[in-house]
Amino acid sequence: MSDAPTLSGLVPGVATTAPAQPERAPTDWRTQSMQRRIRKRYASERRFRLLGLAAVVLSAGFLAVLLVTMVYNGASGFLQTRIALPVDFAHSGLLLTPAELRGPGADLALSTANIEGLTDSSARAAFGPDGDRWVSDGGWLRVRQALKHDPALLTARTTIWVPAADTLDVAAKRQGDPAAEAIVAKLQARHAISTGFNLPFLTASDSNDPTRAGIWGAFKGSLFTMLVTLLIAFPVGVLSALYLEEYAPRNRWTDLIEVSINNLAAVPSIIFGLLGLAVFLGTFGLPRSASIVGGLTLALMTMPVIVISGRNAIKGVPPSIRDAALGVGASPIQVVFHHVLPLALPGILTGTIIGMARALGETAPLLMIGMRAFIASPPARLTDPATVLPVQIFLWSDQIDRGFVEKTSAAIIVLLAFLLAMNGFAIYLRNKFETRW
Amino acid sequence: MTLTNHPKISAQHVTVWYGAKKAIDDVSLDFGSDHVTSLIGPSGCGKSTFLRTLNRMNDTIAAAKVEGDITLDGEDIYAPEMDVVQLRARVGMVFQKPNPFPKSIFENVAYGPRIHGLAGNKSQLSAIVEQSLRRAGLWDEVKDRLTDSGTALSGGQQQRLCIARAIAVDPEVILMDEPCSALDPIATAKIEELIHELKGRYAIVIVTHNMQQAARVSQRTAFFHLGSVVEYGATSDIFTNPRQERTKDYITGRYG
Repeated sequence: MSDAPTLSGLVPGVATTAPAQPERAPTDWRTQSMQRRIRKRYASERRFRLLGLAAVVLSAGFLAVLLVTMVYNGASGFLQTRIALPVDFAHSGLLLTPAELRGPGADLALSTANIEGLTDSSARAAFGPDGDRWVSDGGWLRVRQALKHDPALLTARTTIWVPAADTLDVAAKRQGDPAAEAIVAKLQARHAISTGFNLPFLTASDSNDPTRAGIWGAFKGSLFTMLVTLLIAFPVGVLSALYLEEYAPRNRWTDLIEVSINNLAAVPSIIFGLLGLAVFLGTFGLPRSASIVGGLTLALMTMPVIVISGRNAIKGVPPSIRDAALGVGASPIQVVFHHVLPLALPGILTGTIIGMARALGETAPLLMIGMRAFIASPPARLTDPATVLPVQIFLWSDQIDRGFVEKTSAAIIVLLAFLLAMNGFAIYLRNKFETRW
Repeated sequence: MTLTNHPKISAQHVTVWYGAKKAIDDVSLDFGSDHVTSLIGPSGCGKSTFLRTLNRMNDTIAAAKVEGDITLDGEDIYAPEMDVVQLRARVGMVFQKPNPFPKSIFENVAYGPRIHGLAGNKSQLSAIVEQSLRRAGLWDEVKDRLTDSGTALSGGQQQRLCIARAIAVDPEVILMDEPCSALDPIATAKIEELIHELKGRYAIVIVTHNMQQAARVSQRTAFFHLGSVVEYGATSDIFTNPRQERTKDYITGRYG
């Protein structure tokens, strides 16, 4: 073909069958420009890899900074400063006998005794006229506890470690004002001050006094709320996903439902709070601030996420498995529950983790239904007034008292631990179902 | 086109629509219980569609509509009182691509008998599993690893596992939709050998693209073209002495 143009040029009138194309010159793979192209390609590969690595390092760095700051600020929230308070029960003037404290009426007897006054006077006797202000407002509880534990103390003189007042607590952790630091130094000289693990932080509920404030109430509230959310959102979400994927006909109505669910997943959470306020509190008259209402509201928010991820997971189950099951005579429901659901479950659980993690960290919708109240006792039932960890963090971060700063950080650590435990459990479940076959 | 006096499955004037498209046009075929029937024809001629009407697997495709009569032992399988689930247990199916469940080898075979309550107890179930695997010629290869995943087997073994799974529910008919198209020649030979052994016990209908395979395994052959049956007869006749020009062109490789 290479001589075709010349031929038609030489002999006019000779029609060539097709417009002849000049033959391509053989490609030389060794030219300078080829080498440059190769170098450029390598450079762009390298650049892309470095960019990716940088992105990973950056996000890991942010995460590390977040965790380190949190632990650094929050660790002291788990510690409590205590001072050694000498109490002379023998000369206290308490109208109690050891026999009374051993009987069943011990609590009643203790509640009539002025232990709070005894604690204050003991502190004044030990540390001077301001001494009662060095002890935490809740310090007398520890005295009462000691007495209940060992009624024989009534006739003795003993030393009880009581929580230090808020200002001393802050100063002992080296953040306080000069006056408080001086007192701490004086107590340290007498070996009358120590720092230990703050168990009440994990077992007590909210309080105005940072030395007495604990996380248990909010933790239990979160637990209840998440339980309600999971129990509502997971079955409803999974059943909706199964129905829409496996049974529902494809028509305008199911298209509309699909669009609505996708939009619902993107609705700002506070709007769900308004919905919860209007429907659960307004229409159904459920109690305010209750974890059941919080759970229902968050379930509405979590459901679309579970439905969407569930549908994707169900779509991912190969049709050949369905054919195989139908082929041996499995009924549609057996196909779904024996084959489709188990294979889709890991994907569904991934979506559930994401939805539940978002629900656990949610504050705004819960504020709308009154879960921001000051709750001094942990909820015993789903209908009891409760608060949740993120709301508790929000409330504490608003407090003026300096003692709450570390409590806030400590509460964040508890929230993160809760989240990790929840996700860990879900990942455990996922792996269990994935490796079963 | 009746070739047997007592057909196991009989299809009369079957027409299948996918929406507005006619996939099968007035097909009438009878399948006896004592032979293997192969359906041959070029791609898209409706062989697989026809096969899937025989156990109502087309029900899962919303747009598919079946007209005509298909009877299994004289019962209309499209009658409203026919239970599809039981029908599919009686008319088993083996698919083009091996599709074992992602479960153990034992569970793959035991699944069918279990959902249909065919075994009274564990030892009966084990016996069914062993017998099915033996009939599928897989027992010796897997007897020591019944708890391994079915998906860990080789392609040919997986297909024989699928056959074992189908025969574990004690079907009367086995439909095979190009069962060897994803397998190498050695695995194919094993499946063909297996089909020979299963012949007589079950009515077997096999769709295949491989004309040599049709000639080797079947006693009856139907040639499909453009949604209808061009010729149906004894395999030896079809391959040596086709009556229709189109059949001759196809089996001699003029098209397809």
